[in-house]
Amino acid sequence: MALFDKLKNIFTGENKSVKAVEDNKHQLESSLAKTKKSFFEKLSKKVIGKSKIDENDLDDIEEVLITSDIGVETTLKIIHNLEIRVKKDNYINAEDLNTILKDEISNLFNNEDSKDFIVPETNDPYVIMVVGVNGVGKTTTIGKLAHKFKLAGLKVVLGAADTFRAAAVDQISIWAERVGVDIVKQDMGSDPASVAFDTLQSAKAKKADVVIIDTAGRLHNKINLMNELTKIRNVMHKIIPNAPHDVMLVLDASTGQNAIEQAKQFTAATKVNSLALTKLDGTAKGGVVIGISDQFNIPVRYIGVGEGINDLQLFNSKEFVNSIFNN
Amino acid sequence: MFENLSNKLDQAFKVLKGQGSISEINVAQTMKEIRKALISADVDFKTAKEFTSNVQTKALGQQVLTSLKPGDLLTKIMKDELATLMGSEKSDLNLISKPTIILVAGLQGSGKTTFCGKLALHLKNKHNKKPLLVACDVYRPAAINQLTVLSEEVGVDVFKEIDNKNPVDIANNSISYARKNAKDVVIIDTAGRLAIDEHMMNEIGTIKDQVKPHETLFVVDSMTGQDAVNTAKSFNDTLDYSGVVLTKLDGDTRGGAALTIRSVVDKPIKFIGTSEKMDGLDVFYPDRMASRILGMGDVISLVERAQQQFNEEDARKIQKKIAKNTFGFDDFLSQIQQIKKMGNIKDLASMIPGVSKSIKDTDIDNDSFKGIESIIYSMTAEERSNPTLLNGSRKKRIAQGSGTNVQEINQLIKQFNQMSKMMKMMQGGGKAKMMQMMQGNNMPKL
Repeated sequence: MALFDKLKNIFTGENKSVKAVEDNKHQLESSLAKTKKSFFEKLSKKVIGKSKIDENDLDDIEEVLITSDIGVETTLKIIHNLEIRVKKDNYINAEDLNTILKDEISNLFNNEDSKDFIVPETNDPYVIMVVGVNGVGKTTTIGKLAHKFKLAGLKVVLGAADTFRAAAVDQISIWAERVGVDIVKQDMGSDPASVAFDTLQSAKAKKADVVIIDTAGRLHNKINLMNELTKIRNVMHKIIPNAPHDVMLVLDASTGQNAIEQAKQFTAATKVNSLALTKLDGTAKGGVVIGISDQFNIPVRYIGVGEGINDLQLFNSKEFVNSIFNN
Repeated sequence: MFENLSNKLDQAFKVLKGQGSISEINVAQTMKEIRKALISADVDFKTAKEFTSNVQTKALGQQVLTSLKPGDLLTKIMKDELATLMGSEKSDLNLISKPTIILVAGLQGSGKTTFCGKLALHLKNKHNKKPLLVACDVYRPAAINQLTVLSEEVGVDVFKEIDNKNPVDIANNSISYARKNAKDVVIIDTAGRLAIDEHMMNEIGTIKDQVKPHETLFVVDSMTGQDAVNTAKSFNDTLDYSGVVLTKLDGDTRGGAALTIRSVVDKPIKFIGTSEKMDGLDVFYPDRMASRILGMGDVISLVERAQQQFNEEDARKIQKKIAKNTFGFDDFLSQIQQIKKMGNIKDLASMIPGVSKSIKDTDIDNDSFKGIESIIYSMTAEERSNPTLLNGSRKKRIAQGSGTNVQEINQLIKQFNQMSKMMKMMQGGGKAKMMQMMQGNNMPKL
């Protein structure tokens, strides 16, 4: 591999990614478009010819934001900023209001558009640890992610460190087979930290490029289980310094305000540095990540939009904000 | 950023304080706060609006008794209203038919398969039934294996057709199998599906039409946000389910979705899931849920949690030691470990009514015990079992070893002695006495 490729974006090609963005946009919009009239169409009729937004309009805006799970505090913050801007600019037409509102929401996302994992070409594999509460879609996300890496020509090893839930090892094994990547596993009930240790050792020996460690779902208020997660995290750097290089927290888009507490506790236990938002192909908007992104400064990297192997997309904040108002 | 409801209510009620009766003016601000608080608990936007306006109607014009603060009165009205909304009586499964067919449906990851295992165990143990678990999730990798493993764990049979990719057929076949094999309950596990996936919704509609279940249960994650209203409605439109199962309630979510679902589809919540273990299934208590959504503290849950965590055998051993006066620092240490096992100290404390407000800003975490632990770890085994040995020079050594000072060690010894004394007093009183102590001065004045 050429030297200048040493730091490579794993899913190469400008054109390809532009096309991918277009596809994403289409898919996200179509999956969320059960729309007769967009929110802004409704709003623009109301605001035309007025010099300020009245109570009713604010109520409408509030409703859209709240019902997207953006949460009371963040909603109030957005509306407050909106009011300041409207007051300052004195006259405002509907189109401006549209832009300003989307602006204010986007401002809370301190991440730029997400990029795929960048896997530096070193001797050691790049290690990603995946965490989250029960049933958010960790294993499915790992399967899709492994597929992405595989397509980019990287050698992937999965670690089946969910040794607790019935048939969890079987589930990830089927994914490994489907994608065509190696997997390291032990018996159900064995120590997950030991599985992680084995996986890294094996991946290093095989000169793999990427390791993805699956972990058992756990509720973030269970101290012992969270301590276990810290232990899994800490054991890894014994094999590979700086591992895990990325801890990805998987959040279910249908989760409400509790996701904030999840982000807080998982970050405390494992230093989460990216998010994946799953099940966005449903009717849930996942607006809670706006507050999370604002409060914890953790970027959303991926979104899950289906159960298929290709249904993992890069997060695009503009499209995400638009989708909130498409209903 | 997100304060809990009781803090908000306390703030809101300040507005009402000192007023003779609840009037339109003094109630408006409070209602706004309550609405915000409900929404922060994930109650649906419209449901929260309706709920607050109902409470407002009821509250207006109520005379505030001199002994009662307006805030307390309003809390009572609100809690009653909420409990009524949540359903006032317990709702049991209809198990008369043989076999009784139970269809289980829900979104991906809501906990259907785990619930099926728990339900089978519950029916087997508590109702003396012979359940059959049916694996109809042919889509998710290893879903059938998962149900199979659970069926072995709870000791009931499972019906599966590995090569059959048609869930409708599998469901139909399972019923004849159940009849032939004298199974009296059939629990059908299905794949998770999105409410807007027409194909998948039609599929489960067909399963329902063909097997004609006596109970159809909709399983929903208690952490669900505003989308609960859409999902609950859509599944109800297709399935007209007979009850709701609320899972993962052992988390710290306020569970506002429960209120949303109850008010938009008016179906009873029949079970709640409270752990990943197979015995973690509980019947639903509307009033406890009301308290939880309102963040008003839940003494009963606290005591139950304590009972779950405290190993009775260990407790007996300690009682013996206290009786014999051989309670030492090692036992003290293991007590601390057990308290830590119960979960986050702040969470626990906030379950006690009236406490949550006062600890909001104090930073209690499980590290608070670190100092005590390191002091005890710096003692010799002899010193731990016989605290009277601790003289000046020993204390000095321990202080050095644990990075503390002699005063702190003296304080710990004092606390330890007080605790031993208290435990001796409590001997024989058991849990009932402990509960009295806990409730004594902290119950909200309703």
